[in-house]
Amino acid sequence: MSLLYQLFVDPFVQMAGAPDLLVQTIWEGFVGGVLYALIALGFVLIFKASGVFNFAQGIMMVFAALTLVGLHEKGVPAYLALIATIGVMYVLALGVERLVLRPLVNQPDIILFMATFGLTYFLIGLGELVFGGNPKTMITGELYLPSGSLDLKMLGGTVSLQKIDIAAAIIALAMVAGLGLFFQKTRIGRALRAVADDHQAALSVGISLNQIWVVVWFAAGIVALATGIFWGARSDVSFALQIVALKALPVLILGGLTSIPGAIVGGLIIGIGEKLGEFYWGPIFGGGIDSWLAYFIALAFLLFRPQGLFGERIIERI
Amino acid sequence: MSGARPGEIFLSVEGVSLSFGGVKAIRDVSFDIAKGEIRAIIGPNGAGKTSMLNVINGFYHPQRGRIAFRGQTRHAMKPHEAAAHGIARTFQNVALFKGMSTLDNIMAGRTLRMRRGLFWQALRHGPALSEEIEHRRFCEGIVDFLEIEAIRKTPVGSLPYGLQKRVELGRALAMEPDLLLLDEPMAGMNLEEKEDMCRFILDVNHQFGATIALIEHDMGVVMDLADRVVVMEYGRKIADGTPDAVKRDQTVIDAYLGVAH
Repeated sequence: MSLLYQLFVDPFVQMAGAPDLLVQTIWEGFVGGVLYALIALGFVLIFKASGVFNFAQGIMMVFAALTLVGLHEKGVPAYLALIATIGVMYVLALGVERLVLRPLVNQPDIILFMATFGLTYFLIGLGELVFGGNPKTMITGELYLPSGSLDLKMLGGTVSLQKIDIAAAIIALAMVAGLGLFFQKTRIGRALRAVADDHQAALSVGISLNQIWVVVWFAAGIVALATGIFWGARSDVSFALQIVALKALPVLILGGLTSIPGAIVGGLIIGIGEKLGEFYWGPIFGGGIDSWLAYFIALAFLLFRPQGLFGERIIERI
Repeated sequence: MSGARPGEIFLSVEGVSLSFGGVKAIRDVSFDIAKGEIRAIIGPNGAGKTSMLNVINGFYHPQRGRIAFRGQTRHAMKPHEAAAHGIARTFQNVALFKGMSTLDNIMAGRTLRMRRGLFWQALRHGPALSEEIEHRRFCEGIVDFLEIEAIRKTPVGSLPYGLQKRVELGRALAMEPDLLLLDEPMAGMNLEEKEDMCRFILDVNHQFGATIALIEHDMGVVMDLADRVVVMEYGRKIADGTPDAVKRDQTVIDAYLGVAH
C-alpha cells in the first residue's frame, strides 16, 4: 500500500507543492531532450537517404567536438578551429562515401550496419592518436557562447536557466528549422527526399546517389558537431560521451527511424521523462534511474506502437 | 504510321550480351533507333525487353557489346550520366516518389536542369529563387499537357494507377529528354486510359520531338504507335522491321502462338 502511495501519489503531491522545482526539472529535461533529438536527427538523416543505420553517429559527435578542442589546444584560434572542424567533417563524409558506402552498395543492411561499427572504432582510434585520450574542456568562452545563468523569480521560488542551455536550445531549433526548409524547398532537398523514396527512380531522373550520400553524411556531421559542442559544454569532451549518444536509440524507437518530427518529439519525451523520473521517482529506487529509464520507456512503447510515433507503418502483404 | 521514317541513326545497340550468373538475359542483340521515330520492343514474358532498356539507361552494364549514342560509343554508363545525356525513362511497376506531390515529382525531373549552387539554394534567395520559379512554370506546362491539373498537390501514393503512370511520364518529360524509354506505359490500364496514353505518346513524339523506345504487350497499340518494331524471345532478337512486316513474320507468329511439334 505504501509503495503504491510512493509511486502514484507522492510524486504528484511534491510537484504541486513546489511548482518552481517542477519547472526547473522540466527545463533541464527539455535541454537534454533537445540534444538527444539532435543526435537522433543525425541518425534519421542518414537512415532516410541511404538506408544505413549509422552506429557511428555518437562517435561522430565526440570526434567533431574533440577535433574542435584539440585543434584549439594546438594553438589554432577558436573560429579557425571551428571552420577547420567543419572541413574535417566534410572530408569524413567524402571518405565514408568513397571507402565504405560505394564498395558496399547493394549489400544487405546488416553488412552496412557492421561497417558503421568499423567506422566507430576507426574514429575512436584516430581521435586518440591525434588528440590524445584524456578528457578536455569545451572552449565555450572562445566561441563566444554565453556562460552564467539567468534566474527567474516565479511560482514562489527561483528557476535558474543556464545561458549555455538557452543557446543550445535556440541553435538546435534553428538547425531543425533550417534542415526542414532545406528539405522542402530546394533542389538538393527534393533530391534527398526523392532518394529516400525510391533509389531507382531517383537515378533515372539523373540524381547521383554518391553526391546525395556525401551531402547527408556531411549534414549529419554538422549536426554532430553542434551536438558535440553543447554536450561537451555540459560535461567534458571525452569518448565517454558516446554513452549519451546511445540514448538516441530509445529516442529513435519512440520517434520512428524515418521521421524528423519524430526525432524531435521523441527526444523531448525521453529528455523530460528521464529528468522527471529521476527527480520524483528516483529516490524510491535508490536514485540513478536516468541511466535506464529511457530504455524502459522505449520498451514499453515498442509493445504498443512498434513503428514509433511518426514512423511509417510497415504493412506486409502475404 | 507504317514505314520507317528516314532519319539519322540516333542510338545503336551493337552485339550486346548480358547475363546474371548462369541466366543469359540478352544474347548478342543489335538494333538501332532512328532520330524522331517511335521504336517498339515486343516479345513474350522473360524475353529480355526490360533488361534491354536497363542496359540503354545504364542500370545494367552488359558483359559484351557496345552502345553508340550521339556519336559516342560506350560500354557502360551510370544512370545519372545517361540522364545527363538526355535519356529519360519510366518503369514497368511505376517508380514514383510516393510521399511527394505530383508537382514535386515532376520538379524532381528538373534536377539536372537546375544549376544554382547549394549556397544560393540554402538561402533560397536571389538567382536560386528566380530559377525555381522558371522551372515551376515549365512543370505547370507539363501538368497542363497531361491534363493532371486537378491532382497537382496530391501525394502520388494515393492516386489511382492510371494517373500514377501519367505522372511518371510527366517526370520523364520534365527532363526534356532526347530519348524517352517507356517500359509498358499501358500495362494495367483500361481501354479509355490506354487511348489517352497513346495520344500523349504521339503528342510527345510530334510536339516535343522526342525519340521514343517503348516496350508494350498490347499488339494493337504497338501496331498503331510504332514506326519500327524489334521482336525478342529468350534474350535473342528474332525479328526487326515495320509493324506490318513483323506481323507476317513466321518466327514471330511461332513465338507468340507457339509451334506445333
